[in-house]
Amino acid sequence: MNGSTPKIAVRGLEKSFGPKRVLDGIDIECGVGESLVIIGGSGTGKSVFIKCILGLLHPEAGSIHIDGAETIGVRRSERARLMSKFGMLFQGAALFDSLRVWENVAFGLIQGRGMERANAKRIALEKLAAVGLGAEVGELRPAELSGGMQKRVALARAIAAEPEIIFFDEPTTGLDPIMADVINDLIIKCVRELGATAVSITHDMVSARKIADRIAMLHKGKIVWQGPAAEIDGSNNPFVDQFVHGRAEGPIQMEVRAV
Amino acid sequence: MLDFLAKVGAAFLGFLAATGRLVGFALMGLAGAFSPPFYPRIILRQIVYMGYYSLPVVGLTAIFTGMVLALQSYTGFARFNAESAVATVVVLSVTRELGPVIAGLMVAGRVGAAMAAEIGTMRVTDQIDALTTLSTDPFRYLVLPRLLAGLITLPLLVVVADIIGVFGGYIVGTVKLGFNPASYLTQTETYLETMDVVSGLVKAGVFGFIVALMGCYHGYHSRGGAEGVGQATTYAVVSASILILVANYMLTTAFFGK
Repeated sequence: MNGSTPKIAVRGLEKSFGPKRVLDGIDIECGVGESLVIIGGSGTGKSVFIKCILGLLHPEAGSIHIDGAETIGVRRSERARLMSKFGMLFQGAALFDSLRVWENVAFGLIQGRGMERANAKRIALEKLAAVGLGAEVGELRPAELSGGMQKRVALARAIAAEPEIIFFDEPTTGLDPIMADVINDLIIKCVRELGATAVSITHDMVSARKIADRIAMLHKGKIVWQGPAAEIDGSNNPFVDQFVHGRAEGPIQMEVRAV
Repeated sequence: MLDFLAKVGAAFLGFLAATGRLVGFALMGLAGAFSPPFYPRIILRQIVYMGYYSLPVVGLTAIFTGMVLALQSYTGFARFNAESAVATVVVLSVTRELGPVIAGLMVAGRVGAAMAAEIGTMRVTDQIDALTTLSTDPFRYLVLPRLLAGLITLPLLVVVADIIGVFGGYIVGTVKLGFNPASYLTQTETYLETMDVVSGLVKAGVFGFIVALMGCYHGYHSRGGAEGVGQATTYAVVSASILILVANYMLTTAFFGK
């Protein structure tokens, strides 16, 4: 593959739900091995953007290239092959309640790749160890775990099949600051060890600064700023400044209705 | 007048669109049956859950249905001295109609609701999206095993319901109404034809498919957290119950209509 070809290239991406346009012409690229973090307020379309790349939602216009190849409108068999490149950590962890923890981690290996259960269990326990969880946790059900442990299991599941691209949807939301930092460290460690490309969405600026090589800000369906993580404080972009400093006054107006 | 016609037209188009979505969903679910990967363990688990654990509720309703049927038909037939037809009426009613319909409605309430709640919860907590990202087709993994389990399990449950229902009628007939046990059984056997049982089992297969389809469809399309899951559960039970009764009429017409 050409070294200059971005791992992910999105051009003119548009997605609406009824009359509401959520993504309004997104243009963004992510290089091989790069960690891109997309920030933005709630309801600005961050999750929709990731779901479009994953093929869980179908955009109305635009293109999404992975390794230089168009992924919108590909056949089901090609989509299945594409999925093997992806790992995803969902905001609420999205662990399967009916399965034990190790079965959750090994799910993609057993069901998706047809790996033998014993072999998949060995890999699942290795991945659990990589996120700081012992083998005894593997025998528990997700409902028996704390929120932080569930996020760690979800991270282990996301990296179990050693994907080329990992998506993180609000990885630290709902966690205390210490556990959030633990998750951030694990994300950095796992992504570096795999040499994977990472795309994260968050409104946690501490997390964004820590895990990002590059940050982009999404507002009203458009990328209003993007640049290296180190430059975010000197962006001189009013949207970014308001968001980073958490000010109520500024160009971003929250939709608050009188009760 | 035009407003009224427009509303009728819009409702009819809405009905056609909903029917199309439902048929499309069923076809997508069944399409996975013709190529791997298959999930036999999940199909077996669904069969056990849908069949074995429904035995008590189906058995109880069947026995009381058979008992009431014997009592009511005796009361009615006694008015024109046709009490001897009680055994025949019980066995034909149970095998042709009441066995499959009662079992279908009971399973719709017990299993259809649970399916909608389980799949609905998976939908609103992103577990279905997680399946897709783990290279697993939710239709193959969630929908197809339930559709097959419904198709296979309900006829087996109805065999049990038929036996228990007829036994309920026999108990009331011989213990309470004073029929001779041997002549009751002879009457039961004499007028029962293979087609009576087969038609009931075909109905059961269709009803099982309807229950599973409604549970999966409404669960899969649930939105909006706990409230959405609750609505999906209600829709699954109500729509399955109505469709079972509609399908029962159509199948009865197909089997026995003139």
